[in-house]
Amino acid sequence: MALDSKIPAGDLQQKWEDYKNHVKLVNPSNKRKLEIIVVGTGLAGSSAAATLAELGYKVKAFCYQDSPRRAHSIAAQGGINAAKNYKNDGDSVYRLFYDTIKGGDFRAREANVYRLAEVSVNIIDQCVAQGVPFAREYGGLLDNRSFGGAQVSRTFYARGQTGQQLLIGAYQALERQIGLGNVQMYSRHEMLDVVTIDGKARGIIARDLVTGKLERHFGHAVLLCTGGYGNVFFLSTNAMGCNVTAAWKAYKRGAYFGNPCYTQIHPTCIPVSGEYQSKLTLMSESLRNDGRVWVPKTQEDAKAIREGRKKPTDIAEDARDYYLERKYPSYGNLAPRDISSRAAKEACDDGRGVGESGLAVYLDFADAIKRLGKHVIEERYGNLFDMYSHITAEDPYSVPMRIYPAVHYTMGGLWVDYDLMTTVPGLYALGEANFSDHGANRLGASALMQGLADGYFVIPYTIGAYLSGEIFTKAIPTDHPAFVEAENHVQTTLNNLLSIQGTKSVDQYHKELGKIMWDYCGMARTAEGLTKARDMVRKLRAEFWQNVRVTGKADELNQDLEKAQRVADFMELGELMIVDALERNESCGGHFRVEFQEEGEAKRNDDTYAYVAAWEFKGIENNPVMHKEELKFEEVKLATRSYK
Amino acid sequence: MTMNIKLRIWRQANAQAEGKLVEYQLNDVSANMSFLEMMDVLNEQLISKGEAPVAFDHDCREGICGTCSMYINGRAHGPQKLSTTCQLYMRNFTDGETITIEPFRAKGFPVLKDLCVDRSAFDRIIAAGGYISASTGQAQDANAIPVEKAAADSAMDAAACIGCGACVAACKNASAMLFVSAKVSHLALLPQGHPERKKRALAMVAQMDAEGFGSCTNTYACEAECPKGISVANIARLNREFLNASLISEEMPK
Ligand SMILES: Cc1cc2nc3c(=O)[nH]c(=O)nc-3n(C[C@H](O)[C@H](O)[C@H](O)COP(=O)(O)OP(=O)(O)OC[C@H]3O[C@@H](n4cnc5c(N)ncnc54)[C@H](O)[C@@H]3O)c2cc1C
Ligand code: FES
Repeated sequence: MALDSKIPAGDLQQKWEDYKNHVKLVNPSNKRKLEIIVVGTGLAGSSAAATLAELGYKVKAFCYQDSPRRAHSIAAQGGINAAKNYKNDGDSVYRLFYDTIKGGDFRAREANVYRLAEVSVNIIDQCVAQGVPFAREYGGLLDNRSFGGAQVSRTFYARGQTGQQLLIGAYQALERQIGLGNVQMYSRHEMLDVVTIDGKARGIIARDLVTGKLERHFGHAVLLCTGGYGNVFFLSTNAMGCNVTAAWKAYKRGAYFGNPCYTQIHPTCIPVSGEYQSKLTLMSESLRNDGRVWVPKTQEDAKAIREGRKKPTDIAEDARDYYLERKYPSYGNLAPRDISSRAAKEACDDGRGVGESGLAVYLDFADAIKRLGKHVIEERYGNLFDMYSHITAEDPYSVPMRIYPAVHYTMGGLWVDYDLMTTVPGLYALGEANFSDHGANRLGASALMQGLADGYFVIPYTIGAYLSGEIFTKAIPTDHPAFVEAENHVQTTLNNLLSIQGTKSVDQYHKELGKIMWDYCGMARTAEGLTKARDMVRKLRAEFWQNVRVTGKADELNQDLEKAQRVADFMELGELMIVDALERNESCGGHFRVEFQEEGEAKRNDDTYAYVAAWEFKGIENNPVMHKEELKFEEVKLATRSYK
Repeated sequence: MTMNIKLRIWRQANAQAEGKLVEYQLNDVSANMSFLEMMDVLNEQLISKGEAPVAFDHDCREGICGTCSMYINGRAHGPQKLSTTCQLYMRNFTDGETITIEPFRAKGFPVLKDLCVDRSAFDRIIAAGGYISASTGQAQDANAIPVEKAAADSAMDAAACIGCGACVAACKNASAMLFVSAKVSHLALLPQGHPERKKRALAMVAQMDAEGFGSCTNTYACEAECPKGISVANIARLNREFLNASLISEEMPK
């Protein structure tokens, strides 16, 4: 099937306006007859479910947590971008659009990004109306802060809990619709397959996680708002339950997967402390405003620190390598995420890492404390310093923080057209689950913006284009053979997992997979390493299906089985990420291929690789087939990102 | 540094089954492990012996989603102040210690399995009125309504609630007043929330009662155990809101 991105004709600035003026509408009495399934209740899912219900559609919403309010969006700290230009500092829709395209290393679709920048302003209005307590100035108006990759102040925030407050706003809007009877909510439910009938998405199979019972749910359309898949690496800043299952089942039912290898690795996270480590904690990007990143100049000093013979404060000023300041004098410690992460890895690979494991660098506030006083630093970052000392039992005011990069976000995801529809008619993907507007690298504070843009302001319009053609489709009874087939398929998979009764736990396999992905498909990738890794993942997957031990039964609350099911999908996704990384013979954004660099910096190849790689499933033992969506840049000129 | 500990954990197969405390010995626990990582290690050992791992709720493991919910040595979220179970580290315990772990207990939070409880009552309280009715698309410009900074800050203090239910678990009456009052305060403190404030307070309190939560007798155990430091001053505000609303309203919601 040829890819049609359905980008409307006309000027970039006019496309969305024209689209809205001409898209087909569904009249209110017909809306009542149309059922929509929304899987996921993060920012994308909650906002979509609430808004579609307000419009009069019949909505069913699903999440695996015990409450829709606990979706992973809750954990976002920093803020949300919007082109309000409240600071009068020269911001505009165009600038937000341009920064996002450039930040994404020119691998995103112009029309979508422009629309995102346009609706960003409505998001802030909507959130304030719902009671989101954004930070304010003494005059009572909204405050802003700055984030990486921009020269203007356009980030709105609610202390260090922006994601929490935005999600609670959307969750309350959703609960209101639940209370009114317009949304039926299914918490502690996990979607385990998409049901397609005559090529269209017509429902899902979900497992009630309390009783273990499989359920069939019909919908005229299905929206996947199921978040990112960073947990394929086992360790990441994502919540423990984040997974690829929903997107993966959709892929196996015919939805193409876009740019699976694009992963964002965040430079400032608390390093791994032992084998038992279950997740990694992010330390906000804002710390790099005042903290200086360094490692010892010599391997001897680093070794002495690792063995506890020296303390960081014993290392004299001229024996330290402030490598970001040295390599990127104009951006210094504020170099972008992908670049800072790679530089930390290089230093540690060179034997100059610190901490017990040698996989850490210092983020040092001594100079800032000397210059500004401890109280200023405390005021700016007190909560983060507390969090750090909570976890590490070290005092960052007197000893430099130890940090290391960690997997944080996945730019890749289900391929969608301008309407956010996947290649399966009636199946949509919103938020981090789609291949998104962020190209090969996402800017800080733009994921929250995208999730809410998709849910509040895009899908309510674009879904009309499809559902207006479905008004004569009656609800399909769930004893239809396609539902039966899908349910049997899920049941068989679960039974298989339970029947293996091998010797290794699910977590052991997940950790092994994560290590392969991190070593070969992480911050630095080579054709040789990726080729080897593909083989390793295949072997591990085969072993998993021979030797995993899953305890308990299918018809009960069984967290071991839930995890096994998710890891089984990660085992398949991992291979696709590797295939995609291998195919893209260039370096761009979060995808760094060691063979493609110039003086140590990423080297893009616009002539050959200015496209979205959309992969089609052809059976798990066969090679997937790649379809290209050529990216046409009509508005911006492609340029090299330089931060030197 | 490592330690050996004894765990006494509530095991209950499902909502209908009877539960009991079961003892486990766990050795070589690193002081740098989080409490939930310690539970992971225990579960790995149980799985390797072919036994059922302990079911417990958790997700973000950074103290913000409100999913984790253990009652540790007689305290909701354990001995450390202002922290959730997932933010608790083993260095807070000593070698040789016995640690008792139970689910959050309350009539409004029935046990589903082991340490997992059903907190959906909280969602139903929000659905009853814990929102501002502002359908998408109706909003005016965000800066059209200035909000006094102090009010915005207090609203944010109340809105910081993570809905974990520790307040209920800590209260001898299993009252949900801190949770409900935090939401009522968050919305009542903002001008956007004023039009519905009476209806909201009445409806949320009515739903809270219907869910079987107990009444508040001002022991303030909730505030002491709240991982986010939500203040009992919110309860006083809720009482005022409720009283005002009841005096004026002719018809209490059913
Ligand atoms: C620590 C951290 C800090 C961050 N800070 C920022 C920030 O400051 N600014 C910013 O813009 N971005 C930030 N991000 C990124 C941003 O938070 C996420 O990209 C965004 O919130 C994703 O929203 P979502 O709605 O797409 O998915 P999520 O919020 O992840 O929601 C996914 C939903 O899908 C459900 N689900 C998943 N699978 C299934 C299934 N099979 N069946 C049923 N339900 C399912 C889940 O239950 C959940 O409800 C941060 C991310 C992290 C990890
Ligand atoms: S797991 Fe999210 S608050 Fe503890």
